[in-house]
Amino acid sequence: MSNSDGEPVASAKIKVVARDVNVFYSDKHALKAVNLDVRANEVTALIGPSGCGKSTFLRCLNRMNDLIDGARVTGTIAIDQQDIYLKDLDVVQLRARVGMVFQKPNPFPKSIFDNVAYGPRIHGLAGTGAELEEIVVTSLKRAGLFEEVKDRLNEAGTGLSGGQQQRLCIARAIAVSPEVILMDEPCSALDPIATAKVEELIDELRQNYTIIVVTHSMQQAARVSQRTAFFHLGELVEVGDTEQIFTNPNHKLTQGYITGRFG
Amino acid sequence: MQVLLVLLLLLALSASLYQVGRSRALRAAGGRTGILHSLPSYYGYYVALWCGIPAAILIVAWLAAEPTVLRAMVINVLPAELQGLPPARLSLLINEVRQLASTGDYRFASGPETKAVAEQYRALQGISFKAMVAGMLSLGIAGGAFALRAVRPSFRARNMVEGAVQAFLILSSVLAILITVGIVLSLLFESLRFFAIVPLNEFLFGLSWSPQMAIRADQVGSSGAFGAVPLFTGTLLISLIAMLVAVPVGLLAAIYLAEYADPRFRAVAKPLLEMLAGIPTVVYGFFAVVTVSPFLRGLGASLHLSVSSESALATGIVMGVMIIPFVSSLSDDVICAVPESLRHGSFAIGATQAETVMQVVIPAALPGIVGGILLAVSRAIGETMIVVMAAGLSAHLTANPFESVTTVTVQIVTLLVGDQEFDSPKTLSAFALGLILFLVTLALNVVALNVVKKYREKYD
Repeated sequence: MSNSDGEPVASAKIKVVARDVNVFYSDKHALKAVNLDVRANEVTALIGPSGCGKSTFLRCLNRMNDLIDGARVTGTIAIDQQDIYLKDLDVVQLRARVGMVFQKPNPFPKSIFDNVAYGPRIHGLAGTGAELEEIVVTSLKRAGLFEEVKDRLNEAGTGLSGGQQQRLCIARAIAVSPEVILMDEPCSALDPIATAKVEELIDELRQNYTIIVVTHSMQQAARVSQRTAFFHLGELVEVGDTEQIFTNPNHKLTQGYITGRFG
Repeated sequence: MQVLLVLLLLLALSASLYQVGRSRALRAAGGRTGILHSLPSYYGYYVALWCGIPAAILIVAWLAAEPTVLRAMVINVLPAELQGLPPARLSLLINEVRQLASTGDYRFASGPETKAVAEQYRALQGISFKAMVAGMLSLGIAGGAFALRAVRPSFRARNMVEGAVQAFLILSSVLAILITVGIVLSLLFESLRFFAIVPLNEFLFGLSWSPQMAIRADQVGSSGAFGAVPLFTGTLLISLIAMLVAVPVGLLAAIYLAEYADPRFRAVAKPLLEMLAGIPTVVYGFFAVVTVSPFLRGLGASLHLSVSSESALATGIVMGVMIIPFVSSLSDDVICAVPESLRHGSFAIGATQAETVMQVVIPAALPGIVGGILLAVSRAIGETMIVVMAAGLSAHLTANPFESVTTVTVQIVTLLVGDQEFDSPKTLSAFALGLILFLVTLALNVVALNVVKKYREKYD
């Protein structure tokens, strides 16, 4: 497969290894024999036309596909050499390690504080109220939202603007200290200014987390990611350094897509 | 029967005028239907409406006025000694005349004068009917002709027809509102008559209910007591027990069906649960009387507790069962309306299903659930059949669920069943109780609907 694009891989630590991953939705073969390595502390962008399987692949990594009736996953996916599809694996623990941010901001109908505190509370990460408060404040700061909301932590999270809501969801995801953060088109419901803020945030978060982001925007992939994977009709066509994918793709399909000839 | 025939005649007339109006429009357009402002059928409808509506109004007005006018005419022709009768006797006489006239059979007339008057009445009725039909036909044709004159290609028939449709719809909704207002006013006026005899604060705060009025002045125990507090507490006690049964069972069933159940199980279980709502309340009533009450009394006896055979507990439990589908169905709707994205957000943080339900889904659905519960409370308070059959008749001021209590609705039924004199406070008190019941359930419904509405606005 094309993940060995002639470039030294050994220099970076590999966080996620996917081998021969297939996904079926009832009869539909949505993802076909995908092999992909994701490096730690980098942003990997998954691009491709609608329905190409990039979101499906993303949902394999925290087993959100389990929630869909009739979905079936074969192959192996390992995070830090640990197979996440083992029978006795605790999905709850996995999802605490692999956070997710959705396409549409989905804050809970709770206060801003409780939104962020939700994860730490259910996982028992804070022994005292002061510890919990510290986790919430740190997460909001990391999500670049703290300055905007510090005086109204007790107001409803649903009352924030779209961009603020999305950053609140990011704060909620990082509050449980995940290792990997999955983002499914995190900016598609946001205006350009909010998008710029979230993109900036993704770039900063890379220091502490491994990030995989699905995006429809080629510019976004080029701006925020170090590695880019191109999916087409359920297959992984090409993966490589973002710069190389956008300037000198190996595959004709990739070139067609990034130059806007289809998709 | 005759009136029905007249209406059919009017309908036929309108239908034929529809055709006339339509073909007039087509002729006016001279084959180029494009120059018509509206579709040809709208011109037809316009003419038909002008024919039908004024004539229909005439019929309604005529039928409403006819008895009064005929009565006045008949009284005028009565012999002088009969004209001088007191009003009540006169009404009786007129009633008899009407009765005779409607059958046309005078064998049972109370006297020759009555028979003559009845014959006259019948003749007048016949004339009135012919006049009505003639008036209707001429008004219909005149209306149609008036409308036909307006039919020109530039005439905006569609707008006129739309306006008529809208007016008809407004009329329907206004009618519904007026009927409600009428019911409230009738309750209010009867209640005012009651409160003229029994002071309002005695009714609202009195602790003893014994609605007996003396027939003779020296009768023993003749003083009526109209303190409605025992009825309110009885109603509240039974409703509370009902809610204690219905809310947990209904809510938990809804959570299971909406969040956990296999779709195939849900497809079977939900209609089955909702079938409970289709059982007539009378059946619930004898279920309470025949099954639940004796069972509870037996159970109480084995525990050395005295349980009345008309205990509030038995009644409340059965009423609660009746309300379960109400609570579960409304809760199920609001739980299903919670966006899937919230559940996924919660799962993605590593929450279990129970944590997601308890900490995200239920709080999000809470306003809707509360609204549904309030609606259920108002049903419990207004429920009549079960309590009439299973609850007691005598008013006890108690909070003990094993004793028998009575409710507002039970008292209204017992006060009004059978022949009653409508000027005694005993009977009038039923209207006062009805008014209070109405105000309470109205307030509950308004609050509940507002809560539900607020919730809908949040996610839609």
